[in-house]
Amino acid sequence: MNQQRRNVMRITAALGAAFAAGILHPRDVFAAEWNAAVFDAKSLAAAVKALGGDKFDVSADVAIIGPDIAENGAVVPVSVSSKAPGTDFMAILVDKNPSAMSASFNIPPGTEPAVTTRVKMASTSDVHALCRANGKWLVASKEIKVTLGGCGG
Amino acid sequence: MGNPMRIRASLTGDTVEVKVLMRHDMETGLRKDAAGALIPALFIKNLVAKHKDKVVLDANFGPSVSKDPFLSFKFKGGAAGDKVSITWTDTAGDSRTDEASIT
Repeated sequence: MNQQRRNVMRITAALGAAFAAGILHPRDVFAAEWNAAVFDAKSLAAAVKALGGDKFDVSADVAIIGPDIAENGAVVPVSVSSKAPGTDFMAILVDKNPSAMSASFNIPPGTEPAVTTRVKMASTSDVHALCRANGKWLVASKEIKVTLGGCGG
Repeated sequence: MGNPMRIRASLTGDTVEVKVLMRHDMETGLRKDAAGALIPALFIKNLVAKHKDKVVLDANFGPSVSKDPFLSFKFKGGAAGDKVSITWTDTAGDSRTDEASIT
């Protein structure tokens, strides 16, 4: 075996040992799995189930900010935020879209549980901010009216 | 290698606000072209933001995130001059990493 192959073996073994020892957690190195079941869910309740939850509560600690009327359904700015302690996961769902889940965010310690992005809305719909805080699922919703649908269909 | 993103990371007090504008068509797979054929889905599905070596945001996007995705978030613990890097990966396996310094 030449030197290069010895090096590869050594590094692989070291990484493997680190994973096994829990020093290097896979979560640190690899991005979150894109879960098809979650992104295929047709409703908020189905998405929570696909995420491993079962019930969710409306909470005043979660806020969703967006326009009352979106002129262009292709680009609707939405902000979601949570004051609930221990928020480690947030998601934006658009009820009447072909798939309800738009985007989800893992929030590590040190990052504020507040994100803003832009989503497509097929038609007037409730938009939900879904958060997980200390294992509990919390929701806030807002109806956004859409004059020009954004899925191009 | 996808199109470059624009990243702004600004420090106010102890909080860094990051704004990113990515360039990506974010095709849903539901649109039809002029001939009536479905344009295949092709969208950013994952984004990882790091401050130096620490992950500060890990996002999964679906096709209903708008074209040319915009994202804004805040984290604590950054100092002026530190690097913030953003990496996205799309459903075709393409990816892009850009970085910016905190100002």
